[in-house]
Amino acid sequence: MRRRLGLAALLTPPMLWLVVAYLGALVAIFATAFWTTDPFTNLVVRTFTLDNFRELRTPTYLGIIGRTILIAALVTVLCVVVAVPFAFFMARVAPARSRSLLLALVLVPLWASYLVKAYAWRAMLQPSGVLESVFGTTPGYGFAAVVITLSYLWLPYMILPVYAAFERLPESHLEASADLGGRPWTTFRRVVVPALWPAIAAGSVFTFSLSLGDYIAVSIVGGKLQVLGTAVLQNITLDLPFAAALGTSSVVVMVLYLLAVRRAGALENL
Amino acid sequence: MTATPPPAIRLDRLRKEFTGTPPVVAVDDVDLDVGQGEFFSMLGPSGSGKTTVLRMIAGFEEPTAGRIELDGEDVTRRQPYDRDVNTVFQDYALFPHMTVADNVEYGLLVKKVSRAERRTRVAEALEQVRLGDHGARRPSQLSGGQRQRVALARALVNRPRVLLLDEPLGALDLKLREQMQVELKAIQRDVGITFLFVTHDQEEALTLSDRIAVFNAGRIEQVGTAREVYESPRTAFVAGFVGTSNLLTGEAARTVVRRDGSFAIRPEKLVVTPVDGTAGAAAPGRPTATGVLEEVVYGGPTTRFVVQLDAGARLTALEQNSGSGSAGAALRRGDRVRLDWDPEHVIDVPETTSK
Repeated sequence: MRRRLGLAALLTPPMLWLVVAYLGALVAIFATAFWTTDPFTNLVVRTFTLDNFRELRTPTYLGIIGRTILIAALVTVLCVVVAVPFAFFMARVAPARSRSLLLALVLVPLWASYLVKAYAWRAMLQPSGVLESVFGTTPGYGFAAVVITLSYLWLPYMILPVYAAFERLPESHLEASADLGGRPWTTFRRVVVPALWPAIAAGSVFTFSLSLGDYIAVSIVGGKLQVLGTAVLQNITLDLPFAAALGTSSVVVMVLYLLAVRRAGALENL
Repeated sequence: MTATPPPAIRLDRLRKEFTGTPPVVAVDDVDLDVGQGEFFSMLGPSGSGKTTVLRMIAGFEEPTAGRIELDGEDVTRRQPYDRDVNTVFQDYALFPHMTVADNVEYGLLVKKVSRAERRTRVAEALEQVRLGDHGARRPSQLSGGQRQRVALARALVNRPRVLLLDEPLGALDLKLREQMQVELKAIQRDVGITFLFVTHDQEEALTLSDRIAVFNAGRIEQVGTAREVYESPRTAFVAGFVGTSNLLTGEAARTVVRRDGSFAIRPEKLVVTPVDGTAGAAAPGRPTATGVLEEVVYGGPTTRFVVQLDAGARLTALEQNSGSGSAGAALRRGDRVRLDWDPEHVIDVPETTSK
């Protein structure tokens, strides 16, 4: 009896948190998405309707959703392209002594404020900013700026799992591949990439989902660019049910992405 | 010139230094010829350089100096993928994301062997290691012994000139290891490929090998057949490392052997008799020594006696538990005993190798 009480005491707070705060909020979003607003008073009217989702299928919002997915995908690809060689260098080339230093360098930006980093990029990207004075050109505020800034922000989430995967990859597997006649490129393609694949997928869950929901960096360096996050923000006071529908669409995209990743057999490493 | 084929492996003053302060000499000017189709073992304690030699032959380490020839061809500076050797790794190094059959197929695939031939050869190789019906499994679904056999099949399927084995049985338990030793020997006879086998287990080396090279501190102390290395070790190190060491040096050697120098006697050559007045004298001409029995270790087929000689040295004697007649049953710790032996079994072992 006492054991049961103890167990109940142990599990009640997290269960409450999970059910009320976590699932509750999610259910509230889903439910709200099927309501509507009174056009005169802007108050939520609790009658069931699919209008919000119909409006999502207009070219404007399909464009916004498509653009957001494209940004998230580009950010993920960019992070992979930068993280794989970097993690390789950290885990395999750099002397053991400097490894912890490099790891710290990767982690330090995570401890700095998100806003500071986004504004730093705003300063770098502005006309006659660092980029223009060094390279003679700057993409300016907009799509490219958002992709670059988000890639910078989420890069550590890709480097860390890929680095761990490189660390776990035994030297003897690379030697075995060479021993069996595999040249470096073959070894990379057939032995290294499959070993990294789960880590890349795990990292991409972070880079993709964080990019999908971001609106702050977009509003700082995106100029007039509209993405899901900014659209939700604009609608949240005027038309809460429609904002909820937009939010639901990003949840759906993320669930589809996770299912695809799971099919690739990579979620065990998350 | 005669038409004798070149050795499968020839090492010519092969040397490896690892950087550091001071640099570590892992392999110290080693010369070695391994014949075609030989089962050759490199035996030695860890850190003796045997694995480094193997890794240089495979191409994973670059020699500091010296030459490596395979079938008379200089391969010293070639990359691993340009050498006609294959390795069975200590940890097997099977690719976890591939099935057993894909693992075995890998070498043929990267060498662009046709699909039809790949399929037959993979099936043959798996059959050879008795894993014909395990091709679709993942390495993680196999036992240690089965993984070991997959690693063997993956190397053999390429029909290399030389197969390098880096302590391949080290991770297996004793029973499985003995079983795999028999299997390994049978496979080697079957395929006729030269096997170069690294081990620190002297019994394994004696059981399997046509010839053995005993390594110590980056050098080869002796090369010979199992019988030569065991029965006539050339140095004190070989006498001690291969089999149980029974060394007589200094004062003890002078008293017992009546000569100056270092001598070794194999435990099974010593005969233990109790000294309680009832036993007769040793056969005439046989040297003897008396001492106190310090330890009696019953080990199934044999009993091991550790005797502290009055002359100072401590010797181990091994006796077959062949029947009621054996002396061992009656002996207890602390008993006074006499050891006697045939003088021809005393081996002269110089303390250091001549350089």
